[in-house]
Amino acid sequence: MTLRERAFSLWQATESRLDRAFGAGANPLRRLGAIAFLLFWAAAASGIYLYIFLDTSAAGAWRSVEAVSREQWPIGSVIRGLHRYASDALVVVMFAHLLREYLAGHARGFRWFSWISGVPLIVLLYASGIGGYWLVWDQLALFSATATAEWLDWIGMTSEPFARNFLSSEQVIDRLFTLFIFLHIGLPLALLAGMWVHVQRVSRPDSFPSRNLAAGTAIALVVLAAAWPVQSLPQANPAQVPATLALDWFYLFPHPVMYATSPGALWAMVTGAAVLLLVLPWLGRKSRLPVAVVSAGDCNGCGRCFADCPYSAIVLVPHTSKHLAPRMAEVQPALCAGCGICAGACPSSTPFRSSDAFASGIDMPGRKIAALRGELERALAALRAGPRVVVFGCDRAADVAAVRAADTAALSLICAGMLPPSFVEYALRNGADGVLVTGCADGACDYRFGQRWLEERFAGTREPHLRANVPRERLRVVWAGNGSLPELANCVASFRASLTERRPGDESIMRPKRALQASHAQP
Amino acid sequence: MTRTSPARYLLQAAFYLPLMVLIGYFSSAPVFVHLPAGEALLRLSIAHAAERMQACRERSQEELAKLPPNMRAAQDCPRERSPLLIELEIDGRLQLRTEALPAGTQRDGLATLYHRLPIAAGTHRIVVRMRDRPQGEFNYVREETLNLAGGDSVLIDFNASRGGLEFRR
Repeated sequence: MTLRERAFSLWQATESRLDRAFGAGANPLRRLGAIAFLLFWAAAASGIYLYIFLDTSAAGAWRSVEAVSREQWPIGSVIRGLHRYASDALVVVMFAHLLREYLAGHARGFRWFSWISGVPLIVLLYASGIGGYWLVWDQLALFSATATAEWLDWIGMTSEPFARNFLSSEQVIDRLFTLFIFLHIGLPLALLAGMWVHVQRVSRPDSFPSRNLAAGTAIALVVLAAAWPVQSLPQANPAQVPATLALDWFYLFPHPVMYATSPGALWAMVTGAAVLLLVLPWLGRKSRLPVAVVSAGDCNGCGRCFADCPYSAIVLVPHTSKHLAPRMAEVQPALCAGCGICAGACPSSTPFRSSDAFASGIDMPGRKIAALRGELERALAALRAGPRVVVFGCDRAADVAAVRAADTAALSLICAGMLPPSFVEYALRNGADGVLVTGCADGACDYRFGQRWLEERFAGTREPHLRANVPRERLRVVWAGNGSLPELANCVASFRASLTERRPGDESIMRPKRALQASHAQP
Repeated sequence: MTRTSPARYLLQAAFYLPLMVLIGYFSSAPVFVHLPAGEALLRLSIAHAAERMQACRERSQEELAKLPPNMRAAQDCPRERSPLLIELEIDGRLQLRTEALPAGTQRDGLATLYHRLPIAAGTHRIVVRMRDRPQGEFNYVREETLNLAGGDSVLIDFNASRGGLEFRR
């Protein structure tokens, strides 16, 4: 296990602990991207309110911001605090998101686009945030504007140094404030556009947290804003240099770094960090997971895989055999995560097909549906004592091999969402007393929609659905997650106990349709 | 624990509380010591187009006749300008002597200099000298005795229309 993998295990353990407080679906550590969107909107909405009252002149800006804090207390003060703290929290969440995705190995492979498109967002967020401080035009604003200008001047882009704009009161003119405002509106808009691009490679992006998480985050920020009001420093005066400054370290830490080193050193650090982040997807080992493969002869172009793919890796194209269907699925390998959710969505992935060596319309080369049927049949044939339970698990969650026993068969899939619902019925009809499906922690599917689609298929609200005549008491879904093996073992035991209680009256519910075909059960 | 149990809300509060304290604290603390107590700041900021490296000369009638009609300027002025040579002396000690090159590929733009220098509060004799021609003595000199308090910021600028080097506070 590499250092990165060890660190990610630690991160996941922390996530699992937080699941107890929030539930996996509303766990902030699992929803960092969505929280980032929420914080952006909180900063934008509060910023619009503040802009209404901002005097966009060098002489009036400071006074107008102070008026919002003092004359509109407590509403104005809280909204100003919300603007500041939501922006600060956005920095924290952004770096946590970056760290999590790196530790999870998401900088590489098919996710490279999301990684690369995220790098400019860091620059845009800092440019937006630092520029926002200038609008207050207090001592901190003057310090930050001057420091930024000195940094930019190091590369000598302009004939006159930017810093000359902030050296005396007569040089700080209202037109300069127009530029500040243009930057503080334009850059966040560019940031929003960049965030939109950032999530383009995933379908149904997680761009808003659950209601509970959104409410919790909003309440926490409002309480912080009320308890710890944001205050301006004295009005900017170029003739005076404050000895000390109450700095917002989330955004303004580059200024002290520059004064402790030099503008050139800061440029080297920023450029080096950006280059490192940009080349990260191409550093180290290259491991390419097998991607989904379409069998044209078995694809009727129903579009279910297209609808269910969490990464928009499937497109519908004209069918190669027009007499079969007008269109068929086509996998875009560069976008495919290799999760197999498409195979679970394919109506041809049914084990009830009579062919011994059938092919699904779309399948995973390393985990074929036909082979899964054979594995299931062998496992069912090997089960001895009862009640006999089949556990379908997920490679990304608790290792189901640990619950395998004489009365328990365990099969692991790439993702729980890869399981075609008909496999549940097939197992029950062929000797299983119950089927337990498990996967990542609730709401934390590593492939985004595996759980959701599976639950909807079982509930009959998504195709292919689990038939209504399958007794639901013989099916249990447990989102145990990685590292929750004891919980999974307990669930299997309690499920078996419930089957034992029910068994005398239920034996005829799922009578085998036919005996297992020996050929299916052969390795 | 059920989704709505009070214990769950308490655990959530226990997560948010330290996070919000961390955000609130680092949003304005610890203070950054920009200028140590008892120090003032001198800023030397000059942007000036220096004299040309070579003086303009009158073109002869023969030379003008050889030029296209639209380019027959009476004078031939080489574009390159001289660097600025600048010295800053505080209480008799030379603190800075530097040359600022004109901008542009042809070295015909403004020569700029920006330099910040913390200085102890108190009374100081400050001399600034500047030469904006290729050779010779400093042609601009300004000398001031400044009584600086801690936190004062003094700008030394150049403004040709106001007589050259100037001290501004």
